[in-house]
Amino acid sequence: MMFKKFLINCNQATTICDKSQYNEVTLLDKVKLNIHFLRCKICSLYTKQNVFLSTMYKGHAKSCRQIKHCLTDVEKTALKKSIESKI
Amino acid sequence: MPEEISTLNPNKWIDNYADYLFNYAVTRVNDSDLAKDLVQETFFAGLKSAKNFEGKATERTWLVSILKRKVIDHYRKINSNKGKSEVRMSFYEDGDNEGNWIEERAPQRWDNASEKYIENEELKTQLELCIAKLPEKYAMVFRMKTIQEFETEDICKELDITASNLWVIIHRARTQLRKCMEDNWFNN
Repeated sequence: MMFKKFLINCNQATTICDKSQYNEVTLLDKVKLNIHFLRCKICSLYTKQNVFLSTMYKGHAKSCRQIKHCLTDVEKTALKKSIESKI
Repeated sequence: MPEEISTLNPNKWIDNYADYLFNYAVTRVNDSDLAKDLVQETFFAGLKSAKNFEGKATERTWLVSILKRKVIDHYRKINSNKGKSEVRMSFYEDGDNEGNWIEERAPQRWDNASEKYIENEELKTQLELCIAKLPEKYAMVFRMKTIQEFETEDICKELDITASNLWVIIHRARTQLRKCMEDNWFNN
């Protein structure tokens, strides 16, 4: 049956769903995913929650980006000393 | 006109590159002590191989290329750490049920998944706790992709993994995180 190649299991469906959270999914995969949703309520729920989680991760990413990672002066002085000893 | 040849000036390395390299390392390994060690090792390795420096790249590019190898070494190390915190599979791996949800790991409805929780500090703390429970390499790849928002191609290059490898890791990390957040936050 032609249709059969569009059938995927839950592990494959949720993999596509995870990929689509980063907009890196092909049209064919999207079709497969939507066919899967027709007969799988659990993966539909997973997708709904996944979208919510993505928003949450994005918020977290934004606040993480605001942190500047720097070494303290004390750390730099120690590092300098250890390098000078090897020059 | 002669091409410009860069030279090495190790006495200035800390002032010029320590913060840049530290930031590079910490956004990948997410641990400031470890990042500091990697930066120090990078400088030491740079001193050791200074005689091989041909001056074709800038000093900074050359130091970053050394640090990149340190990051790959670290990834390979945590990749071979078996058993420490095992990834929790959410799907049957073989038999008639292959690819189906393992019942107790399947999503449940959430009670309080309202949008207003998104900017909540407590939620972020819980999220960090859940990420910390992932096996190290899953946490590292998940963070690079989702929190640092690096491109798939760049992550694959930096860690020397394939794209399909990356998506398996992301998929396992996300299903495990979903379950952890469900148990500890949404339906707690």
